[in-house]
Amino acid sequence: MRVIDPTDNLVEVRDLTKWFPVQQGLLAQVFGGKQRFVHAVDGVSFEIRRGEVFGLAGESGSGKTTIGRVVVGLTPPTSGTVTFDGIDLSTLGSAGLRSLRKSMQVIFQDPMASLNPRMSLGRSIGYGLEIHNPEMDAEARRAAVVEMLERVGLAPANYFYNKFPHQTSGGQRQRAAIARALITRPELVLADEPIAMADVSVRALLLDLMNELKRDLSLTYLFITHDLATAKYICDRVGVMYLGMMAEVADLRELYTHPLHPYSQALLAAVPVPDPHQRRTQPMPEGEIPNPINPPSGCRFHPRCPIAGSICRTEVPTYRALRPDHWVACHYAERYLPSGD
Amino acid sequence: MESLSTGKEVLVQVHDLSVTYHTRLGPLSAVNGVSFDIYRGEILGLVGESGCGKSTLGKALMRMIAPPAEISGGRIIFDNEDIMTYDEEQMRDFRGRRVSMIFQDPLTSLNPVQRVDEHIIEAIQVHEPTTPISAALERARTLIQTLGIRENRLRDYPHQLSGGMRQRVMVGLGLVLNADLIVADEATTSLDVIVEAKLLDEFKRLRDEFNLAILLITHNIALVAQIADRIAVMYAGQMAEIGDVVTVFDDPRHPYTDGLLRSVPNVKLDEREVLYKMGGEPPNLTHPPAGCRFHPRCPLAMPICSLKEPQLLPVRGDASHLAHCWLQQPQPVDEEGAA
Repeated sequence: MRVIDPTDNLVEVRDLTKWFPVQQGLLAQVFGGKQRFVHAVDGVSFEIRRGEVFGLAGESGSGKTTIGRVVVGLTPPTSGTVTFDGIDLSTLGSAGLRSLRKSMQVIFQDPMASLNPRMSLGRSIGYGLEIHNPEMDAEARRAAVVEMLERVGLAPANYFYNKFPHQTSGGQRQRAAIARALITRPELVLADEPIAMADVSVRALLLDLMNELKRDLSLTYLFITHDLATAKYICDRVGVMYLGMMAEVADLRELYTHPLHPYSQALLAAVPVPDPHQRRTQPMPEGEIPNPINPPSGCRFHPRCPIAGSICRTEVPTYRALRPDHWVACHYAERYLPSGD
Repeated sequence: MESLSTGKEVLVQVHDLSVTYHTRLGPLSAVNGVSFDIYRGEILGLVGESGCGKSTLGKALMRMIAPPAEISGGRIIFDNEDIMTYDEEQMRDFRGRRVSMIFQDPLTSLNPVQRVDEHIIEAIQVHEPTTPISAALERARTLIQTLGIRENRLRDYPHQLSGGMRQRVMVGLGLVLNADLIVADEATTSLDVIVEAKLLDEFKRLRDEFNLAILLITHNIALVAQIADRIAVMYAGQMAEIGDVVTVFDDPRHPYTDGLLRSVPNVKLDEREVLYKMGGEPPNLTHPPAGCRFHPRCPLAMPICSLKEPQLLPVRGDASHLAHCWLQQPQPVDEEGAA
């Protein structure tokens, strides 16, 4: 296994904010007051180290997908910076961004939506090479695609090369989508819920494949998931997001054994354990994730938080390291530090 | 009616039920000769991969199978009455009043231009035409609080509610008529994990309070481990194994159940650090494999498995734990299929 150097950051995200304007009716536009915004991401900082799998976890509406899209340059941030391998994405024009995309590829949740239904798998996978490696001739391209098909377990490759997405199973399609992402030999792969749609028996196979490809091709993953149980099998570090803010970031083992943010604690406790001898007894936080147009003041989790005090309603907690490499944004996180610290 | 083996009261008896889809490629047996019971007041988890027939089976319990599919055989005895003999009018009364169904997406089941209270009042008035509106409204009020929704949400439209609240309203539509059985088909799948956990707590509480039976159809086996009393595992349209949830999790007797359980991710750090990887994929049901339908993927397949279909029989004489596997039953000795 490759040793991860904690100072070698492939991606650095600093104070990233992304707001989306709320569509308003004509009357509201003419007479209404201010333009309102969805605060999808608000001042998030983290880094992805070369060779690691960084997981972003959280409920729907937490902003994890938006962060992923900003990191690979699919959408510009409202403010803040994203640096990839030392290059600030905001300094790049569209041509520069396009050439960088070769090194940053994406695997989406639904392979049926990311593969062109009218292209054979081989053509879809080879398309990235047509764009990013135009000097390659058709024969070399085909050879590269065949090799990639075999790598992702779609063998015999010549058989799958000519298949269309609808002629294959869900698991095979997701393998093809992985091959499509990896054909340009990227450094960073954004995997946005890549296995959420697969059946449980297929999930284990896909996770295995992603781990193997990461090792063989020296990849770095930004792995977005709502499922902390799945994250356990692939992630090195995990960031827990809540309503556009980073609640906590730590090494996976550290986070799962000593979650310091009450939200991470609730999220971990809510994951159903597949063992009837270990049934959950602790209660769950009140309510549901609020509307990101008018996020709560202070700590955004305070209306649902079991330990919220008056300071939580007024002041945004500082994001700070309480243990080595363990960052948390909670006014009262110290009380969850394991004794001895 | 009491089950001889358990002493629990049987609410639904499904006997040899089959559902066939008539496709261009020929008949497809989505549910093939399935038999099982649902006890009053139990939570029964029905699991399996997509396409195994679990949703079709849930719909068949309410006879909600529309062409090109049909219930091609078997009987459903609900509270001692054979509902297969009901006419359409009786069925309409049966659905909703005795059995209620909750689907994955509540927005497709709730009427977008009806307020919450109107939904509940309509459900009461359709099934109990003599109930005055004031009494129905009073029942709606009590019910909504039982479900943990504030009373002022009664005048909300479905789009104003959160996902968890919408599912609670769907549960409420079944409860308000004192249904005996709620069929929850992936009812928590689109919810966030914390909201899902709370809805599951709600299911357990309602079961205890109203002695409600819940058929929890899900692909998420961990949910079944958390709240079900019994688990039923389906594979390729057939019941592979059924039994008490602790017994089956501790000692699965069908190789498919075993593989399925070992491939479920566990969030606990020191448990199941490596996931089991089951080879192959479920068969095409227009041409299911001969013998046991699982044999092409089974790590323990024997010669007889591809020749002759096993039966769903008690495991070591335990009538509450049944498996559909040759490993658990004596092989015929004198037939040509003998090993």
